[in-house]
Amino acid sequence: MTNQTSRDIAYLRTEDAPVLPPPVDSIGLIGWFKKNILSSMNDFSSFGAAVSSVFYAVLTFGLLYIGLSLLWGLFDFTVLSAVFNDPEGLKRGVCTTVAQGGVAENAVGACWPYVKAKWQLFVYGRYPAEELWRVDLVFIMLAVGILWLIWEKAPFRKWVGLFMLTAYPVIALILLGGGKADYEQSTVGFFLIAGALFYLAGVLGLRDKLGEVLLAFGGGVKVFGIALLVIGLVMLFLSFDYGLEKVATDRWGGLMLTLVVALTGIVASLPIGIVLALGRRSKLPLFRVLSVAYIEFWRGVPLISVLFMSSVMLPLFLPEGTDFDKLLRALIGVALFSSAYMAEVVRGGLQAISKGQYEGAQALGLNANQTNKMIILPQALKIVIPGIVNTFIGLFKDTTLVLIIGLFDLLGIIQNTFADANWATPTTSMTGYLVAGFIFWLFCFGMSRYSIFLEDKLHTGHKR
Amino acid sequence: MQDASSKGSSVLTKLLYNSTWRGWLFQALVLLAVIAFFVWIIGNTVDNLQRLDKKTGFGFLDQIAGFQILTSPGVSFMGYEAGVSTYLDVFWVGVINTIMVAFIGIIAATILGFMMGIMRLSKNSIISAIATVYVEIFRNVPLLLQILFWYSVMITTLPAKRDQLSVFGDLGGLNKTGLYMPQPIFADGFGYVALAFLVGLVGCWLYSKMATGIQHRTGKRPMGWPVYLLLLIGVPLAVFFLLDRPLSWDIPVFNNEGPILKRGFERETGMVLKPEFLALWIALSVYTASFIAENVRSGILAVAHGQTEASQALGLRAGLIQRLVVIPQAMRVIVPPLTSQYLNLTKNSSLAVAIAYPDIVSVFAGTALNVLGQEIEMIFMMMMVYLILSLSTSLFMNWFNGKIKLVER
Repeated sequence: MTNQTSRDIAYLRTEDAPVLPPPVDSIGLIGWFKKNILSSMNDFSSFGAAVSSVFYAVLTFGLLYIGLSLLWGLFDFTVLSAVFNDPEGLKRGVCTTVAQGGVAENAVGACWPYVKAKWQLFVYGRYPAEELWRVDLVFIMLAVGILWLIWEKAPFRKWVGLFMLTAYPVIALILLGGGKADYEQSTVGFFLIAGALFYLAGVLGLRDKLGEVLLAFGGGVKVFGIALLVIGLVMLFLSFDYGLEKVATDRWGGLMLTLVVALTGIVASLPIGIVLALGRRSKLPLFRVLSVAYIEFWRGVPLISVLFMSSVMLPLFLPEGTDFDKLLRALIGVALFSSAYMAEVVRGGLQAISKGQYEGAQALGLNANQTNKMIILPQALKIVIPGIVNTFIGLFKDTTLVLIIGLFDLLGIIQNTFADANWATPTTSMTGYLVAGFIFWLFCFGMSRYSIFLEDKLHTGHKR
Repeated sequence: MQDASSKGSSVLTKLLYNSTWRGWLFQALVLLAVIAFFVWIIGNTVDNLQRLDKKTGFGFLDQIAGFQILTSPGVSFMGYEAGVSTYLDVFWVGVINTIMVAFIGIIAATILGFMMGIMRLSKNSIISAIATVYVEIFRNVPLLLQILFWYSVMITTLPAKRDQLSVFGDLGGLNKTGLYMPQPIFADGFGYVALAFLVGLVGCWLYSKMATGIQHRTGKRPMGWPVYLLLLIGVPLAVFFLLDRPLSWDIPVFNNEGPILKRGFERETGMVLKPEFLALWIALSVYTASFIAENVRSGILAVAHGQTEASQALGLRAGLIQRLVVIPQAMRVIVPPLTSQYLNLTKNSSLAVAIAYPDIVSVFAGTALNVLGQEIEMIFMMMMVYLILSLSTSLFMNWFNGKIKLVER
């Protein structure tokens, strides 16, 4: 590049000036401090700026002081003054001072031996000890399934997703409850036979074998048949004897119950929510009115009143002799409630689909059902996944409310152990709440990160 | 499908493939199913009620309620007394307590939430980090757990009944039985002070209209804040002193000496906020504020950066850019989710039942229901209260939202 003649000119530089390091106060820790902290409080050029600088300085260091002292308090409580071991099996004695009847010299912080002693209760509730492997198996399947679905390069993701939404809940129910449900054979048979008949009628009807009416409504009849068949099959599978010991739902509890309630809520609310969301956007006025009424009613009342209703009023609404267990009643309440929220999430996705998609589908000659099934819902559901995850976070936190109607979820069982006189110490409740809070936080924070990750992936617009 | 419609010739086929007719048929079928469902439920309920020999109807509202209710805003407002007041009074006590805790919860959550949301966007890393930690902790822990936690903090760490933690000097204090504060006693004529405040408020509004008019004519805006302060505080204060101070305070009396059983705060002096109320209030505000902070943050971020740059190009100061350009536009994004947060807070106040703060769920659908056992009527009334609160809040917020939304061509 260099020109030959340029070498002769004395004032021309022949080599690059040496690269100087950046100023010391713009890099490293000092630079970071200047840029991110000092810059808001070193402007004293005018009276107003000086006031704002002083305000920021006081605010920053005041907040820093409060934050650090809280952090230190937490550290002191959970580590420095906490009791970790109970080698002599003193139970409450190890966490109480001499004056309180224990052995500790000073007031103690967190009582970890209490958590260790009750850990099994926290996770499994009062599930029989020799059957815990069943719960573990359900947990492991859940964890593997979820990791599989999150990992984007995993093979067969679609099939795993389908499995987790359909077969897994049934398998989990069988493992947890032990099968051998005593449904009346006639009921199961009715569902199975009626379902098969409707399904067959639908299929044959669509092939124009059973006359005009069924040719027109074959699709609906088929779907109805499938629904009946699914109910019948679930009942059938639950009533088999798998050689597992039966565990009544009143022995379910702890983290396991929390997961059961939250997952049932989300799995049940998804289909109902989709139907309601489609209904709310339907052209037929009655469907719209019914959907809006349902959604607004359940969204207008607190979950606790829904749980009260399902635990107190549901038995009154059903024929004499229908006896539900407490858990099922709570699950029905949770499903009714969360489907209204899910409907609004799905509606958001439906609204985001441009009109051109509907028109394109019409131009291809698809009817309304086909348009929804093949064009609209796949796109809408994909973009509302973050919203579904957020609903699930809300539902997961709301499961704690079942303790008010007497079920022992994670928080309920922890609250319940405070009554144990063997572990009654001044810090037991605080330790228990910390453990519950940390577990819930871990789940919810993890899910919210995942939802943000999905949003970022879907949101490909301009960013600043 | 295709050939079916072409070969179909009977009237039935034509009707079946007519989309209008088909729509009505479907609606009629669904309506029938819904009606049948409700008839079935109502029939079952009537049968069950007869079988269980339960009373029905709203006659129970006139019965006398025999149970005590925790000291709370509703109790003092309704003058509730066990053995004298009726179940209708119990209902209103619950409603007032719910509204009260929701109202002051909304105020606190809004202030804290806006503060945290703005702090999260600060260029100062310490401030934004603290706000982030706040939001991520309180948003991801169940509210019920937070309520129980604050309640347990109050009843385990605060001084006992015979002792106090002085917070307002001699004016009151805090211990396990609650937060004691001076109670205002309004004498005759305080209404005029309130009226003067309203007059000042109207004056402010008129003055700001006038100031805008002057600004439009002359380009200069007359003095703002001093006038507003004078109108809002000066006028009521003047009336207050003119009427010879129609307000006195009932200060809580704390006995430090004397027989041990007489120590502590004397009953019937001052105003007390019970720990149940405080725990619920703190938990609701702190929890909801973490969501509001996120709404505020995303609302401010939603204002395109070009708006800030354009205002800088026009020569506006940083404060004015925020006040005149960014915040008005951000409010449009913030208000709709803010509404649903307010509604959530109101509904979440029902968790009061866990710590026995006498809100509508706890005292009416809990205590009173256990005494009377009329589930249907009582749960219906409770749900109606929440539905009315929800629908009226969302109506108001829709109106407000309509006022501030973008006027498009």
